[in-house]
Amino acid sequence: MKITEDEVRYVADLANLKLTEDEVRKFQADLDEILVHMDRLNEIDTSQVEPMAQVLYEAEETATLRPDRERPGLGSQVALANAPLASSGYFKVPEVIKR
Amino acid sequence: MDIASLTIDQVRDGLRARKFSSVELTTEALRFAAAENSKTNAYLTFSEDRALGAARRVDEKLAHGQDPGPLGGVPVAVKDVIVTKGVRTTCGSKLLAHYIPPYDATAVERLENAGGIILGKTNCDEFAMGSSNENSAYGPVRNPHALDRVPGGSSGGSAAAVAQGTAVVALGSDTGGSVRQPASFCGVVGVTPTYGRVSRYGLTAFASSLDHIGPLARSVRDAARLLGVIAGRDPLDSTSAEAPVPDYLAHLASDVKGLKLGLPREYLKDLTSETGALIAKAVDKLKKLGCEVHDISLPATDYAIASYYIIATAEASSNLARYDGVRYTFRSRSSDTLSDMYRNTRGEGFGAECKRRIMLGTYVLSSGYYDAYYLKAQKVRNLIAQEFAKAFAQVDAIVAPVSPFPAFMIGEKVDDPMAMYLSDIYTITGDLAGIPCMSVPCGKTAEGLPVGMQILARHFDEQRMFRLADAFERAGGAN
Repeated sequence: MKITEDEVRYVADLANLKLTEDEVRKFQADLDEILVHMDRLNEIDTSQVEPMAQVLYEAEETATLRPDRERPGLGSQVALANAPLASSGYFKVPEVIKR
Repeated sequence: MDIASLTIDQVRDGLRARKFSSVELTTEALRFAAAENSKTNAYLTFSEDRALGAARRVDEKLAHGQDPGPLGGVPVAVKDVIVTKGVRTTCGSKLLAHYIPPYDATAVERLENAGGIILGKTNCDEFAMGSSNENSAYGPVRNPHALDRVPGGSSGGSAAAVAQGTAVVALGSDTGGSVRQPASFCGVVGVTPTYGRVSRYGLTAFASSLDHIGPLARSVRDAARLLGVIAGRDPLDSTSAEAPVPDYLAHLASDVKGLKLGLPREYLKDLTSETGALIAKAVDKLKKLGCEVHDISLPATDYAIASYYIIATAEASSNLARYDGVRYTFRSRSSDTLSDMYRNTRGEGFGAECKRRIMLGTYVLSSGYYDAYYLKAQKVRNLIAQEFAKAFAQVDAIVAPVSPFPAFMIGEKVDDPMAMYLSDIYTITGDLAGIPCMSVPCGKTAEGLPVGMQILARHFDEQRMFRLADAFERAGGAN
């Protein structure tokens, strides 16, 4: 077995994801099957290969930079328009630490 | 005028000849799309006001003798992971059921500036994660060729709308095959351009090193025209390429004699007999058109699924962290503390497939597993890219199937995530290497299900890819 139910609970915690016990059981089985498939990567020799984090093609070193010029932002009213709860120009959230 | 089979050229000619105005065409297109939507569920939202406003601007330009642009008056559908200012953008997720974006994606802005008319937003798998469109919180899309079958995913709504004729062209997004696979299942053309060719500003991020915006259309010509409009450097996307955008129509309608094509044997192993027979006929047709077809080998293909589902889920677990109940409309009601609010919002808001991918991505990035999974997957990704580069030193383009099988039944694979992932086997390699690739209709099975042929080309060599696809299309596909 590649992953246990306890590990599923631990990873869900890392991901800030509340799972039901049914989901824990289901994901344990799903992830286990998927991780077994992933293990086939060990069959292939990559000792001479660099990791590829981005697609690379010939481009100037500065190709991705835009001129550093000031431009107007959205403004807080627009930025807050989709917030579930906001007031006085801020996002509002429940208390951070329980007293 | 048959609205369901309109081409961009027909729209332009009809407007110039005053057969219809842009407002008349848009009104009729909206009526037709709304009426047909009960069959397929392709659209989630119609944007009548925005469409009619854009149509009025096209009519004004025409009245003043001005050019309305290369897409002037053309009805377009936009996948609902691409943001539209003032028009609800759900990403197929319950989390964003009421999200109204405050800005337009660059691709959306460009297609409207070119005269395109956005009819509405199309259904898709939640956050573009899926291969069947069954992961949408708003119900699956049905395939217009067989309503009990999936349209493919994740751009299933865009592919179904174009196939059904409720849009002339559409925008989709492709991270592991999400434009090409639904295009093949629905019998339309679908293009994944070179990574960086089209700005992703305003494309909701799934896996940033793999995400592309790409066109879907009923002909190679219309797909090429739409790509020409949306392609090019955008200062708002630092990964968009500086390379100049060529005229993608310039080399259409020319011959393909002497073009060297590679047929990778790893892509022919697991095909259904009908898909295999159609691809074989397609290869014969390409030979008749004068292409040289070479047997090639891309052995790392066998490791592509494992590499892809590590990299894509790792990036997704990071990109989806933003949906925490603070900024994006949906928040769980039952939370006393901030930490509970994050957990409950995400637990209640995400569907099963998004949760599965967040879990897998978090796991492969977690302490102790990073080297074994994520780093290893990135190395294998490089091997896959290197194999393509080697192949392209010998051949001008690669031809292959898009999917091992045609559209499957709704519900058929929904309980088997690994089987669903394996269905992406022939499309994820192009995304991993960042090369341009497309699906072009090849023919149909005895049951009438479309099968697509895939063409893959060198970085920024979309012109040659289109030239080959166009020649194949004009020759009638495989038949």
